[in-house]
Amino acid sequence: MTGKSGTSKPTAKGVSGPTSVMLSALRALVDAHSMLLVLIVLGVLLQIACIVITGEGRFLSLQNLSIVLEQTSINAVLASGMTFVILTGGIDLSVGSILAAAAVVGLLVSTTSGVLAVLLALTCGLAFGLINGALVAYVQLPPFIVTLGTLTAARGVARLMSHDITVFNAKLPFAFIGSDNLVLIPGLVSVSWLVVIAFLVIVGSWLILRRTVLGVYIYTVGGNPSAARLAGIKVGAVLLFAYGVSGVLAGLGGVMQAARLYAANGLQLGQSYELDAIAAVILGGTSFVGGIGSIWGTLYGALIIAVLSNGLILLGVSDVWQYIIKGVVIIGAVALDRYRLRGSVRS
Amino acid sequence: MSLQPKNPPVLEMRHISKTFGGTHALNDVAFTAYAGEIHALMGENGAGKSTLMKVLAGAFTPDPGGEIIIAGQPIKITNPMQARRAGVSVIYQELALALNLSVAENIHLGRELTRGPWIDRRRMDADCRDVLEKLGANFAPQTVTSRLSMAERQIVEIARAIHADARILVMDEPTTALSSRETERLFELVAQLKSAGLAIVYISHRMGEVYQLADRVSVLRDGGYVGTLSGAEVDPEKIVYMMVGRDLSSFYKRAPVAGAHLETVLEVADLSDGRRVNGASLTVRKGELLGLAGLVGAGRSELARLIYGAETPASGRIVLDGKAVSFRSPKEAIRHGVVYLTEDRKGDGLLLDMSVGDNINLQVFGNDSIWGMWLDRKRADQRAANAISAFAIRVAGKAVPVGALSGGNQQKVLLSRLLETKPKVLILDEPTRGVDIGAKAEIYRIIDELVHAGVAVLVISSELPEVVGICDRVAVMREGRIVGEVGGESGQTISEENIMALAVGVNLKGRLQ
Repeated sequence: MTGKSGTSKPTAKGVSGPTSVMLSALRALVDAHSMLLVLIVLGVLLQIACIVITGEGRFLSLQNLSIVLEQTSINAVLASGMTFVILTGGIDLSVGSILAAAAVVGLLVSTTSGVLAVLLALTCGLAFGLINGALVAYVQLPPFIVTLGTLTAARGVARLMSHDITVFNAKLPFAFIGSDNLVLIPGLVSVSWLVVIAFLVIVGSWLILRRTVLGVYIYTVGGNPSAARLAGIKVGAVLLFAYGVSGVLAGLGGVMQAARLYAANGLQLGQSYELDAIAAVILGGTSFVGGIGSIWGTLYGALIIAVLSNGLILLGVSDVWQYIIKGVVIIGAVALDRYRLRGSVRS
Repeated sequence: MSLQPKNPPVLEMRHISKTFGGTHALNDVAFTAYAGEIHALMGENGAGKSTLMKVLAGAFTPDPGGEIIIAGQPIKITNPMQARRAGVSVIYQELALALNLSVAENIHLGRELTRGPWIDRRRMDADCRDVLEKLGANFAPQTVTSRLSMAERQIVEIARAIHADARILVMDEPTTALSSRETERLFELVAQLKSAGLAIVYISHRMGEVYQLADRVSVLRDGGYVGTLSGAEVDPEKIVYMMVGRDLSSFYKRAPVAGAHLETVLEVADLSDGRRVNGASLTVRKGELLGLAGLVGAGRSELARLIYGAETPASGRIVLDGKAVSFRSPKEAIRHGVVYLTEDRKGDGLLLDMSVGDNINLQVFGNDSIWGMWLDRKRADQRAANAISAFAIRVAGKAVPVGALSGGNQQKVLLSRLLETKPKVLILDEPTRGVDIGAKAEIYRIIDELVHAGVAVLVISSELPEVVGICDRVAVMREGRIVGEVGGESGQTISEENIMALAVGVNLKGRLQ
């Protein structure tokens, strides 16, 4: 176009200027961390309930909160891996079973060497993850079906390796992970290794998702796979990576679980852990269709689940009711989120 | 034309305003339609056409003070059901059919025929066979809708409207996805509906269509009513002037690169995919804008995707800068400097939820990265800011998700993403589809600058005036092969007639095959 309209300036219309940019940045911050608010409200409510019912505010005590963090750790690790997969638009149903298989491997090898045991457990998780990834990426099977298959198969492998009995090792070389603390300030501040590991996993995931090219590609593949391909992104490799991460983190979860128990049972370990992991991701606001979400949301989601379980136990609510309340809170929190976001997202 | 009948209009909309937050999407707009007329509604994207029609269809509730009168009766339309009952049918650009259902089920959607508690498929099929026949459809009511072409699906939509006894039929950009032949067929249909007494509101960007079809033309601009032309007053230049508020007579004009060396950059020989592309050959040269014309279905996009490595060729050669290449993936093509702008920017171009900045940088994040891995945010922000100002992308900031932009601005984002890779060969597939006139002009300006900068550009377009207006040479494709060329050394002038003759394969003036 060589006409005069070619010189028009970009400021022609639309809102702009520093105020609106700041407002939208603030809004983005609130959006990304809205579940933190839910978490805080939930914590305060549970504390009040504790005071009213039991007469003392045990919930918000330092001791109890560190227990909550410890109880969150394994689910947070699994949910981090799940976040990668769900961001690509997939799902990984197999993490609970992979956790069991990896824990069994860890315990079986633990009699020889602790380092080797941990490494092989992680490798076991990675192997299952890569199988999932390869089937999704290159054979192009639906993730739900592939990982449903692995859920069953990995459980079988776990039982096979343990000869369908519980494997014990009272002198588990990596047991410190489950029982010891990392001392930050001697005599004052120390944190459970489980929490440290979960924290490192979260930070690592955040770095990959937000600070690396691969992270952008993960969001791209989840947001629009065919656009990703046309833009020259190796979609298959990205998917393989996401499922690989989920597998390796499930393996790590297996190590953590084994370290707590000094034992692994192929049949029972990690049963339905995948559901808690998925719930954490969804509570964290990550879109089920892929492409939208954050690792912080997942952390909040995992914390909400742990806080709820812990608080209800403190209140003496029966196991049966805990299930019901947890289910309702998960649906309610997500519904609230959708309601709040309605109309503000793209039309 | 004496088309202002004495009888009252079937539709009258008065003082229609609609505000979203603080912005006026519509501001005191008036619109009337008579039975048996085709009334075109024109305006740039964002001018308020769709909003006005959504008010009519009950998707939006207008601000208080507006009146809608249908067949003399003032009515309040607060939901789509009421609109349908009042005889308003809207056919949206993205057709609203359930593709998994049969044609008959779609036509009866929401008004299924039943026998007792059971659905009565036989009666439904028989019931719409009539309508389909009247519309000249050659598919059965039992056909699953997903198996129909876009044109056929449109007929299903029209059938649904007629079946619902619509008096007012709104068609929003109905020809966007149609080939020329299908478009002609549609025009016959529209004329038939008009003579049957329907009031047809026709929304289109395409001046040629409007000029050919419309009895009256109303123009909106920035949510306000500009005016209505009727009969002999309907004049393309006048309409454009009303739409943009400025003169665009030099709209398509661009100067070819003077003294271009015309060295061949890309040569495609006998390329086939075994399905839609069947031995296609063409050359694209430096500093030249080559058009690729042809009817929809001629295999143009398929050819482009073969060149780009998005699909694998069954046979044929691609020579780039004198060297034979074969791209197994788009990634390889991009690395060799060949990029492709998809015709479907929402479907396989943009990441609608991702920010404008990230969309612009998507293909260069990798090259810009630190140690091949970490994102270089500073550089990305800079690229985004540069692109936004260079391409005059109208957006509040680079963090805005691209889905919130108008079609024209989305297209500019996608185009700037490709250009960040500094391509040698640029393949643009329908670069101005669904783009308003202002953005169109800017896209032409960008293309022109690229050609002058020595990029070899191949433009696929179904809009003949565009092809004729901007291309230095045009290759015409039919049934999977290049059947001829106009412009350049072919000795034939670039004209709509010459291109069309090649595209449909008629013998024109005894010279073409």
